[in-house]
Order: sequence, then C-alpha cells, then structure tokens
Amino acid sequence: MITRREALFGAAIGAAAVTALPAFSATVTKADIQGLPREKIQLVAPPFVHPHDQIAKGGPKILEFTMTIEEKPVVIDADGTKLNAMTYDGSIPGPLMVVHQDDYVELTLINPDTNSLAHNIDFHAATGALGGGELTLVNPGEQVTLRFKATRSGTFVYHCAPGGPMIPWHVVSGMNGAIMVLPRDGLRNDKGEPVKYDKIFYIGESDFYIPRDEKGNFKSYESAGDGYDDIVKVMRGLIPTHVVFNGSAGSLTGENAMKAKVGETVLIVHSQANRDTRPHLIGGHGDYVWEQGKFANPPAKDLETWFIRGGSAGSALYTFLQPGVYAYVNHNLIEAVELGATAHFMVEGEWDEDLMTQVEAPKPIATN
Amino acid sequence: MSPFILKVVSVAMAVATIPIGFSAINRNGHRQSHPAATTVTLAAGSITYPMPGEFLRNGRPQANPRLSRQFNKPIEIMTHQVSASDYSDCVAAGGCQPAQETRAIPPNAPVTGVSYLDANAYALWYSKATGDYWRLPSDEEWAFAASERFAGEFEGVEIDADNPARRWLTSYKAEVDLNRKPDPLPRSRGSFGVNSLGLADFSGNVWEWTSTCYVRTTLAADGTGVATSVDNCGVHVLEGLHRAYMSNFVGDGKSGGCAVGAPPDNLGFRLIRDHRGWANRFLGYLGIA
Repeated sequence: MITRREALFGAAIGAAAVTALPAFSATVTKADIQGLPREKIQLVAPPFVHPHDQIAKGGPKILEFTMTIEEKPVVIDADGTKLNAMTYDGSIPGPLMVVHQDDYVELTLINPDTNSLAHNIDFHAATGALGGGELTLVNPGEQVTLRFKATRSGTFVYHCAPGGPMIPWHVVSGMNGAIMVLPRDGLRNDKGEPVKYDKIFYIGESDFYIPRDEKGNFKSYESAGDGYDDIVKVMRGLIPTHVVFNGSAGSLTGENAMKAKVGETVLIVHSQANRDTRPHLIGGHGDYVWEQGKFANPPAKDLETWFIRGGSAGSALYTFLQPGVYAYVNHNLIEAVELGATAHFMVEGEWDEDLMTQVEAPKPIATN
Repeated sequence: MSPFILKVVSVAMAVATIPIGFSAINRNGHRQSHPAATTVTLAAGSITYPMPGEFLRNGRPQANPRLSRQFNKPIEIMTHQVSASDYSDCVAAGGCQPAQETRAIPPNAPVTGVSYLDANAYALWYSKATGDYWRLPSDEEWAFAASERFAGEFEGVEIDADNPARRWLTSYKAEVDLNRKPDPLPRSRGSFGVNSLGLADFSGNVWEWTSTCYVRTTLAADGTGVATSVDNCGVHVLEGLHRAYMSNFVGDGKSGGCAVGAPPDNLGFRLIRDHRGWANRFLGYLGIA
C-alpha cells in the first residue's frame, strides 16, 4: 500500500527520467552566449517589481534569476479558508521577472526536499520544450537551470506544468506568474511615441477551487495530496470558490493598498494563468492598454475595461488625474465582491473640480 | 434647537415618562416558557457621542455632530448577545428564520448570520414567550451600555471643502490604522470580557443591530440646527468595533459591506426589556403602541 504522497512522488520521478533524455545542444552560439555580460536579479514579491531600466542600456545580457519553490498552506480569505498552496518563491503569483527583448533569461529553479511534489516551469515567452517545462522538472531535493532567449516583447505567463492532471492542479494551487520582456528602447504608444511609467504594479489573478463539507463550509487538508481528489471534482465544475488577486482576498487592500499620486503614470501588469478576466479601474481608465500583452502591437487607447485571456498577461498604462481611493476589480462584479477579486489604489493629490464636482449635495426631492 | 435634535430628545422624554416596574430579573417568570435572559439594569445617566448617519452643511460633508444625551430612567439590557441556542428556540417555534450560519461554532456562542429583520422577529417572539416587551436598543442606548467599549466614528478623518478625496483617503487610513485582522469565528459568550457596567462582549467580533435608521441630515448653513433630514429605514445602524450601516435583510457582514473598508466579521444582537405601564401594554396588545 503506498500513500498518496508516494504515489504522486513516484509518478513525478517517472516523468523526470523521461525528460532527462534530450541533451542540450547549443554548439554554434554557445561561445557567443558565454561572452555576454551577466547580471543577477533579486526578485521581489508582487505587487512590487524588481528594479529595472525601461530602456535597455547596452546590448543583450544574460539575466540570472533564482526561484525556490515553496509548498505551504496559505489563508485565502477573511474566513481563514486554507489552500495547500504551491508557489514560486513563496508568493502567489510568483514574482514578475523583467528583461529586455534579446536578453537571455537564466533561471535556477530549486525544489527543496521539504516539498513533497515534483515541479517545473513553462514560460510562454520561451520557444521550444513545452516552454521549458520538459527541461525543468525537478523533484524535491533537486535544482535545475534553464536558459532561454527572450525573442518577443510583451508580458507573458509562466506556470508549472508537470504533466497530465498535475498541470491544472498546480496552476490553480498558485504556481503561476509572469515575465515582462520590454522592447530594448522601451514602451511606445499607439503613435509610436515613447511612453514610460513612474510606478509598476504586478497583479496576478487566481481562481481557487476549495471543496466544501456537507454543511457548505470549506474543508482543509493536511497536505496538498490529501485534498487532490476533492479539489479535482470542484475544478471540473469550472466554478471557482475564490477569484482573488495576489493569493488571497484582501491582499491588495487596507494596509496593502497600492499607492500613487495624481500625475503619476502607473503600469499595471495583470496575469491570469487559467481563466479569462476583465480588469477595470473604478473611476479611472486605461490610457494605453496592451490587452493581449504584446508590445509589438500598438496599445489600445482609453479603455474602460480590458480583457485578459486565461493563460496570458496584459498591461495597462494610466496617469492618475484625481485623488481618492480607487478600486481595481475584475469587472465580473460577483467575482470582485463575492469571490475576492478587488484591489485598492490610494491616490494622493489635489482634486480637479473641472473633471468632476458635486453640483448639489443630496437633499430631499424638491416639491413645487 | 434643531428639529432633528428635538426629535431625538422627544424620544428620550417619551422613554423617560414611561412608567416602569423594573427589576434585574424577570418578575414574570411564571408566565414564560423560555428561560429568562440575564440582564443588567443600568442606572440613569448621560453620554456624549457622535450621532450616526451622514451630515452635510453647504453641500459639504461634516463630521458627525456630538450629542449629549440624558437617560432619565434605568435601562435593562441583556448581559450577553442573544445566543445561537436561544435563537434556535425561536426557529423551532416558527417565530424566526434560521440564521445564515453554517460554521462549527461553540454551542454557547452568540447567534450570527442574522439580519435586522431576523433580530426583530426574535424580539417579537421572545416578547410573546416571556410576556415582556423586548426590543433592539437604539444607537444611543447601545453607546450608553457599551460605555468605554463604544467606538463610534473614526478619529482623524479630514474634511477639506476643496478636496473631497481627503475625506475618503483619511477615512480609509483610519480604518487601516485600526490594524484589525479578520476574526471571523464566533466564540463562546463572555469570551470578549465585560465592560465597566458588567455587560459582556461589546465590540468583539460580533457587531450588533440597533433600531436606529440610517439618516442623512443637512445642517443649517449658520450651524444652528437642521435644515432637512431624510431617513432611510431600509438601512439600520450596527455598532461594534466601528459603526456600520447595513440593509435590513443582510445577515452576513462581509457581503453587506461597502466597496472599501473593513467589514464587520459577524452580525448579531442583544435586546432591551422595556418596562411599560399597563396602558402601554394594553395598547401594545392591540397593536397600536
């Protein structure tokens, strides 16, 4: 009799043995690549983004990243509902990586032996080998290093894809994030003019599928594997129990609300690795929106709501014009309010009476 | 004196003139089929507290005016919030809808997942079951009973006539500064301790319904009184760690909250026993008082 944990682990080892076969054969360019300058990047947890240049300085580089996979329980709502999460670097979503087009991304992926499952990474920005998934499967106690060339600019999802039914389960357990490949000369608007941002925030939206007991209360499990059967049943219903930003309801509100000032230009990168969504900034707009996320296409202008396809990341550039507390939501408002997909911006500055004014405060209805 | 203030005071006077035959324990125990709730009778006294609702002057939001309120007669109020098991008696008797509470909570926990309508249904049933007149406290009665546990309005909210966003931002910050983490699961009654008046569990993780309607008041431009006021009794005031306003049919504090700010963890209530004279009772039985 083997335990579920052993069964999952065993399956993973089998998969690893197969994927170890293709040999890395970069012969011609290997020396050239080795001559490139290298830079180590320290990743930071979302919604923040590691320091980076918007316009590349010099030629292509090799950018070195390290991500450690953490399996851990996380609380995903105010009721204390627990998800047996799987994370890149401890956060849901994983950190946003920023590089420039034609840079090389060199990721070392560590799966500590304190974890119980095998994991890998599939970069939508990468070409070949299932986005790198075939070359990165690591068991607990292993690490792997992958290098790929960022040939296309834009925002792209990355996620875990360890084969078969493990794929959606790992993704909806938190194993997804995004990489932003900037054009070397920075972002441009619909007319081809350069645009830049003063601040960048990364919002990764997750759909979670937590099983309920007979009374309708959310269940919790000792380990990820223990909940697997129940969770897959809920997943197959395709109706999430939670739709949240950055790993839990309320993760970007209150003391964690994002902050900006009137006149500041903010780039909001929004990813959803599994399911369609439709971000909306209540009381604001998207000045320039790369809805599909790819910077080679001109951005759409003046959007009210934008569509992020499941399995993609997009971005919206907006200059705040009015102070106040803004809600940034998935404008399926049921998902925003009942299921958790709401974030807040606190924007300081002077009120613009021209843009809006309350001509007359509420008062009893006038009678003749 | 403003009409609105007058209205409040006239209510106070009405309470003050009701003949009372109070005692800390139920004198009518022989008539009741239900065990009496433990109550505390508060001696007459006064409070100064920020009135609930929204206030405008010259079309601009104003801080909630602070009102001094004299309670000339004692108030008898339940020591604890109504418990889940007390409430289930009402449900079993057909007087109440089941509470919207499915979680595993301690048997002696306060009832949660109840709306204003549920609370009133319970008060009606409990009055019949005990032969006494029980009702929700008004907001000012609640504030008086909660004593040092009464929070009221947030401190530090700025009103800037030229920048309405100052109020939104500072009020949001005030809520953040409460630094309150969600504390969702109701605990056994008494878990949040007693206040200086011997009343338990005020401002724990269960907010309490009051009988006070949401009201928007326009203060006179010269500041001497009320120009107009509009009640919305489809929304009632809840008190707890901070004031909240919710639609009467909402039983879940989290889903009934606003777009921004920390919502109440749970909604419950406690009741006041009114001591009315025979005339009032008679009219009450006829349904006209």
